[in-house]
Amino acid sequence: MSRSHVADTRLNQFMRAMRYVLIGAFFGLVLTKAEVVTWHKIRAMFYFQEPDLYLIIGSAVAVAALLVALVKRFKPHTPFGEEVTVPDKPMHKGVFYGGFLFGLGWFITGTCPGPIYAQLGGGEFFAVFTLIGALAGAYAFAWAKPKLTD
Amino acid sequence: MQFLLSPWPWWLAGPLIGLTVGLLLVLGGRNLGVSSSFRHLCTLALPKSRLPYLAHNDVRKQAWSVLFVFGISLGAFLAVHFLSNAPVEFLPAHYHSTSGALKLLAGGFLVGFGTRWARGCTSGHAIMGLANFQLASLYAVLSFFAGGLVAAGIALLLNGGLS
Repeated sequence: MSRSHVADTRLNQFMRAMRYVLIGAFFGLVLTKAEVVTWHKIRAMFYFQEPDLYLIIGSAVAVAALLVALVKRFKPHTPFGEEVTVPDKPMHKGVFYGGFLFGLGWFITGTCPGPIYAQLGGGEFFAVFTLIGALAGAYAFAWAKPKLTD
Repeated sequence: MQFLLSPWPWWLAGPLIGLTVGLLLVLGGRNLGVSSSFRHLCTLALPKSRLPYLAHNDVRKQAWSVLFVFGISLGAFLAVHFLSNAPVEFLPAHYHSTSGALKLLAGGFLVGFGTRWARGCTSGHAIMGLANFQLASLYAVLSFFAGGLVAAGIALLLNGGLS
């Protein structure tokens, strides 16, 4: 849904792509500085040794909920004229089965998907194994999907 | 400055993670989520795959997801090299071994398979979904924790310790 007054120049196309790299970089920097990208923090969460992860997720959800509510109320457009929508996430059985399997993997690796990329960028070479495992898992899901309870 | 170079406290990091959701919506027109990148990377790596989940995936439209996770790596690089006064220990030393690599491969497999089945991870369900009051996301997050706590219990029984 681009507006006609936005010229589709090369610079424009570059900035359209770069904004995701920049916002991702902000996210990766914050995740790293919060140390939620470390195995130790995830273990400390599952063993209830530190409240940090619960407080971080809780305060992140609170701020995000406010911003999501504002977006739904005021329906802004992006600087490139795109509509901003917040679609519902439909209920399906995979949230239980898949969620449980992810939880097992989250504990074993001490890493969820965002931190895999953060560990790689931060110089943790062994995160390559986690990423290869995750891509193999996604491929196995693609293969198994027709046979799974959705 | 010393404050910023040290690990950030939850009350700074948490709200900034929440702010990411708003930035991505208002500047990018996208809903926060990371694990869909696994699907897109699979499609990019195997463009000739006939599996519908990979073949019926318009990667051009989802390119933002790959750019976003590249950004996450870049941000972590900047944080480690320019905004830290001590090294960040991502994985403990005992994971830097053959058995550690096997654990990461097996655990990573569960992360990839599980998040795609659940259609979201900590970002898409725990942060974005809960912030949008989605019941599916609440059940997803409870399931994530059920899995993690079961694994924690098994680890305690097997090792008798907290490693």
